[in-house]
Amino acid sequence: MYAHDYTDGGDDMPLEVLLVEDSPGDVRLTQEAFRAANSTVRLHVANDGVEAMAFLRREGVYKDAPRPDITLLDLNMPRMDGREVLAQIKKDDNLKTIPIAILTTSESEADIARSYQLHANCYLCKPVQLSAFENLVKSINDFWLTKARLPQAQ
Amino acid sequence: MHTHEYGDRDDSMPLEVLLVEDSPGDVRLTQEAFHAANIAVHLNVTTDGVEAMAFLRHEGVFVDAPRPDLTLLDLNMPRMDGRQTLALIKNDASLKTIPVVILTTSDAEGDIAKSYELHANCYLRKPVQLNAFETLVRSINDFWLTKAMLPQQ
Repeated sequence: MYAHDYTDGGDDMPLEVLLVEDSPGDVRLTQEAFRAANSTVRLHVANDGVEAMAFLRREGVYKDAPRPDITLLDLNMPRMDGREVLAQIKKDDNLKTIPIAILTTSESEADIARSYQLHANCYLCKPVQLSAFENLVKSINDFWLTKARLPQAQ
Repeated sequence: MHTHEYGDRDDSMPLEVLLVEDSPGDVRLTQEAFHAANIAVHLNVTTDGVEAMAFLRHEGVFVDAPRPDLTLLDLNMPRMDGRQTLALIKNDASLKTIPVVILTTSDAEGDIAKSYELHANCYLRKPVQLNAFETLVRSINDFWLTKAMLPQQ
């Protein structure tokens, strides 16, 4: 018999979500949407790919950064974009098992195909409308943070 | 401006889901749960990894098989198990973009880690309780078949 039907996160352990996003408005929206969806989520923010990789590799100011349970990754960012970040993460033996959800305004078929080819775990289009955005974050939370089994933190 | 908030699917096209599952009871449950969750889903079933690969490669009786929008893959099956099937799919240039969701009774950390290493898109444990199972299928449908953007066939 199974003791737990869902993810076995201890009640006092936060869920660590890394948001890689350059738009301050979208960062704010995402923070508020997660706060409403799940108060145990700790949302970390990196504003571009360079910061994201430093966070994931625990370099410099990020030396004590937690390993994300899931990463939400924008595609179009300055310095290093999401495509490059995705490729680097999924090629790195220490990082490749971290689930990556692309979260972008791009609806381009080429971006979708390329992301799945690079082993993005999934691809989501950011809705324009606020309530749709909040619903999307609720769905991300429901599926990834309460139902999916995630790889253990390393 | 975005004209579509969600997947840009033509309403008349069914969503093709491939279930790779050897237990007839679990097949039945999954069929009923999807039927309740989303009538636009067409659930295709193969009962082990060998059949699954033939289906995906359009071989033999599966020559006209549709390409799945999503594959639900059990781990423990006879002939060829889910781990091997997953590795074959994700190493195949023409199949690797198909989202593969592991759906298994196994809760072993080793199985979870290995599945993500092999690039499973995600890993789900099959609940024992019927209600929880139906809720899980609704969640799969909600996230993967109404919110996520899937690669074009």
